[in-house]
Parts: sequence; structure tokens; C-alpha cells
Amino acid sequence: MTKKKMTPSQKRQAIWGWAFVLPSILGLIVLNYYPAINTVYQSLCKTGDFGKGNIFVGLNNYKTVLGSAEVWQSLWNTVKYAIVEVPLGIVIALLLAVLMQKKLAGKTLFRTLFFLPMVCAPAAVAMVWKWLYNQQFGLLNNVFHTNVAWISDPKIAWISVGIIGVWSIIGYNMVLFIGGLQEIPKDYYEAAQIDGASSIRQFFSITVPLLSPTTFFIVQTRIIGALTVFDLMFMVMDKTNLALNKTQSIVYLFYTYAFTNGNRGYGAAIVMVLVVFIMIVTFFLQKLEKKIVYYN
Amino acid sequence: MDSSISTKYTVNKIITYTVLIIFAIIMLVPFVWMILTAIKTNQEAISVDPFYIFPHNGWHFENFATVWKSYNFITLYKNTILFIIFRVICACLTATMAGYAFGRLEFPGKKILFSLVLIQMMIPAQIFVIPQYLMVSKLHILNTTAGLVFPGLVTAFGTYLLKTGYQSLPKDLEEAAAIDGCNIGQTFLFIMMPLTRSSMVSLGIFTALFAFKDLMWPMIVCTNASTTTLSAGLAKMQGQYGSDYPAMMAAAVLAIVPMIVIYIIFQKQFVEGIATSGGKL
Repeated sequence: MTKKKMTPSQKRQAIWGWAFVLPSILGLIVLNYYPAINTVYQSLCKTGDFGKGNIFVGLNNYKTVLGSAEVWQSLWNTVKYAIVEVPLGIVIALLLAVLMQKKLAGKTLFRTLFFLPMVCAPAAVAMVWKWLYNQQFGLLNNVFHTNVAWISDPKIAWISVGIIGVWSIIGYNMVLFIGGLQEIPKDYYEAAQIDGASSIRQFFSITVPLLSPTTFFIVQTRIIGALTVFDLMFMVMDKTNLALNKTQSIVYLFYTYAFTNGNRGYGAAIVMVLVVFIMIVTFFLQKLEKKIVYYN
Repeated sequence: MDSSISTKYTVNKIITYTVLIIFAIIMLVPFVWMILTAIKTNQEAISVDPFYIFPHNGWHFENFATVWKSYNFITLYKNTILFIIFRVICACLTATMAGYAFGRLEFPGKKILFSLVLIQMMIPAQIFVIPQYLMVSKLHILNTTAGLVFPGLVTAFGTYLLKTGYQSLPKDLEEAAAIDGCNIGQTFLFIMMPLTRSSMVSLGIFTALFAFKDLMWPMIVCTNASTTTLSAGLAKMQGQYGSDYPAMMAAAVLAIVPMIVIYIIFQKQFVEGIATSGGKL
């Protein structure tokens, strides 16, 4: 950088500027950047007994992590959870958002209701769903006269947990969609109506392309949100659950190793796998954005 | 002709309402079941009869009183409220200052420093957790509000949000303030900051909800039942008394009701705040 002489007013501005960003920047360095680097370092260490002293072991943790069927399984479980939560949560939310565009009585009431799970602690939400899913006494099996082990059958537990995720996120996605829909100029629809286009045709030819920036934003945040799912998993899947291995997410596994078992080095290596995975996903999403998102 | 259009219109309306009502019911069932279970005896709760929906021998509100006492809900509320208040204050304070500087001031290194803000938002937060825990532990603030608040002292997302807020303000505000003899600090405090109130409210609501819903961090930092938050408290209870269903549901109701009441009062701000901030919860 070439040193230019600053005028007194520029100097004043620079001093105020630095002073104002100082707390945030300092905080980010101490609370985020240093920890990120430290996690990388810890992933190369073996945690000493009683959490004391890190012994540098090079790539040992990574060898164990990448050779561990448990880690790969949990990564796959996380992807499966995302496959349930992301598309269903988005399609249902879009449907509701489009319906809410019409003139309706009780619109605010519907919106309030759909958004309600967003203000509830996931811990509480998971407890209720666990009770609904209860094999012996749960409402679902009682009402439908079934005897399904919703959350302890390894074949379906991931879907059951995914459905809780869908239920929790619909309102949030819907509110974002409503915001996006309101930005589409009304005259497009009027013109289409004059040309005699059906509502379905209008939806696919006007709404879908013009809404694509919003949709893409939701898809991206939801994919990353789903890949880091923890709360629901932790609350629904007990340590003794038979389906735990086939359902637990990678962040759950990370929590178990790093904090329940106190093996931070191994936990750090699991996090690194997650970070790399999310970076790869983000990279492909960016590529996709250029191809499919329609910007005015 | 006319009547066929109006029939089509009516059919459309009916379909719309049917879909909305079906989803409304799906959204409501868990809440209703939670409340209904909370006022039953355990005997009633586990009776396998689909028509045994409502409690038969009276409403057992004492379940609430029982969990209120045995889980020390007053402490949980207190911890959660302090946690939320300090998180919101820290986030709004640091973010509004940095947001103003990034949005309205010129200073050397601005681009690089702002890129630190943007990059942080792209990194999954799980990578920070272990070292943050070790720092809290070294500072001897485990099981304290300070420990809970610690990772939220600053916020990259909030800084970004407020920077956008400040940038959207009209250009000539500062000049007018300068003519009136305000220095930069006064301009910020008395003129600019009040104008970004809606961004601040968004950030405040977002931060409060995030803190309220957070489970992992309180579980890690506050292992002691008397220092933890509502969310983490529920996790503890479930581990201990998972098969006393009415008690569990009563606890869940107690944990979520305050936030639901606040939400219903400030609905507009909640929905708009979350929608405009577009933050990931």
C-alpha cells in the first residue's frame, strides 16, 4: 500500500472507523479465527488423559476418522436427513406461500400458526414428537392402529426425524417465499391472464423463474442447516436407541466424541470432515446458481 | 359463462382453504397433544385408546406445579433471560458500531477487515466449539452467564446486517450533521443509529431466538442444572425422567410458552425480522 498523506478530516474518519470496528474484529479473531485454526491443530493431536496436554500425532486422527464406518455412516445419515428435510420443507412452504397470496380470511392466523415452530425451542419440539412417535403409547400408532417403531426402527427412523425437521422449518421457508413472491411485479400475471394462460402455466412460467433467487437462497441455507443438524437428533435419539447408528448426524457424533467422551482430537477431526464436506457442497451450489438462477 | 367462472372461483377457494386447514391442523396437533398430555395423569397418558384424547378425571394442572418445583424453573427462566439479554446487548452494540464504520466511513484496511466478517459467515460454526469451550474453561467461567454469552460477544452476521442497514440510508445525512457541527461520534449516536432501528430490531430478535433455541453450547458450558438454560434443562430432564410423559410435556409447555406469548404480541416484528435478516437459525 502506498502511503498517502491523509487530510485531517480523512484521518479523523480513519480513527473513528478503526475504533468502531475494533471490538468486532478483535472478537472475530479471538472467538472465531483463532478457534478455527486451533481446531485444525487439535485434529492433529491426541488428547492427553484428563484433557491435559495435546500430543502431536500428525494425521493419525484422520486415518481413524476416514477409516471409521461410524463416521461415514453418520455422514450418510446426515445426507439422508437433508434429503427428507430440504425438498419437502421447501415444496410445502412454496405451496403454502402461493396459496397465501390470495385474498383470504384468516391469513394472519394461518401465517402465525405456520411460523409458530420457529419460536419454539427444538428441544421441546423434539420431546413432543418423540412422545407422538412413542411405539406403545404414542398418538400416531393409536390413531392409525399401527405398531410402527417410528424412531427405533433403523429403516425408518431417519425419515421420522426428517419429518420433525420439515414440520419445524415450513413456516420459516414460507415467510421467505412470501417475501420473494411480493417482489414479483403484478403486471406479469395480468399480462398472462389476458393471454389466457392458466394459473398452473403462470406458476411455472412466471413464478418459478422470477422466484428462483429466493428459492436458491432457501435451498442453500437449508442444505447447510440440515447438514449441521444436532438438536432434534440429540433429543430424539437416545444413546440406547437401536436406530442410533443408522440415524445420528455427523454433528451428533462430533458432540459425542468431543464432549461426552472428551476425545477432542478425534472430535476435531470429525468437524474437519464436516467442514470439508460443506465446502464441497457450497462449491457445487455456487456453480449451480450460475446455471439455474434467473436474475433480472 | 358467468356462473362457470364463479363456480371455478368457489372451487378454487375451497381447495385453498382445505389445503391451508389441513396443514394448520398438522402444525397444531403436536402443540395440542403436548398440552393435553400435560394435564393428564401418567396412567391416562399411557392408556392405549385413540378416543381417550381428553383427560377423564379432571385436569391435572398440578403437573405444572410439580415440574416447576422439582426442576427449579425459576432458575431456568432467570438463566435463559440473562443469557438472552446479554447476547442481544453485545450483538447490537458491537454490530451497530462496526456496521456503521463499514457502511459509512472510509478507513485504510476496510476491505480486508470486512472480508474477515464475510468469511466468518461461511465457516460452519461447529469448527469453533472445542477451542471456545477450552477458553471458557481456562477463564473459569464454566457454569456462568458469562460463559454462556462468550461466543456471542460479537457477531459477523449482525455486522453484515447492520452494514447493509447503514448503507441504505440517504447519502447527505452526514453532511447535514457536519454542518450542524456534529463530530463522527455524535453523528453516529444521534442521527444514524436511530435510523437503523428496524435492522437493530431484526438483529435483536434473531439473536434472542438463536440463544433461546441453542442447545449444544449451553449443554457444553453449563453442565450444572442450576446454571443451565431452558433448552439444555429440558435435555437433562428427558434423560432423567423420560417416561413420566405428563411431567415431560408440562416441562416442554413451560419452556416454550413465554417465547410464544412474546411472539404473538410482537408477531409482525418477528416475522419481518426473520424474513428480512434471512439469517440461518
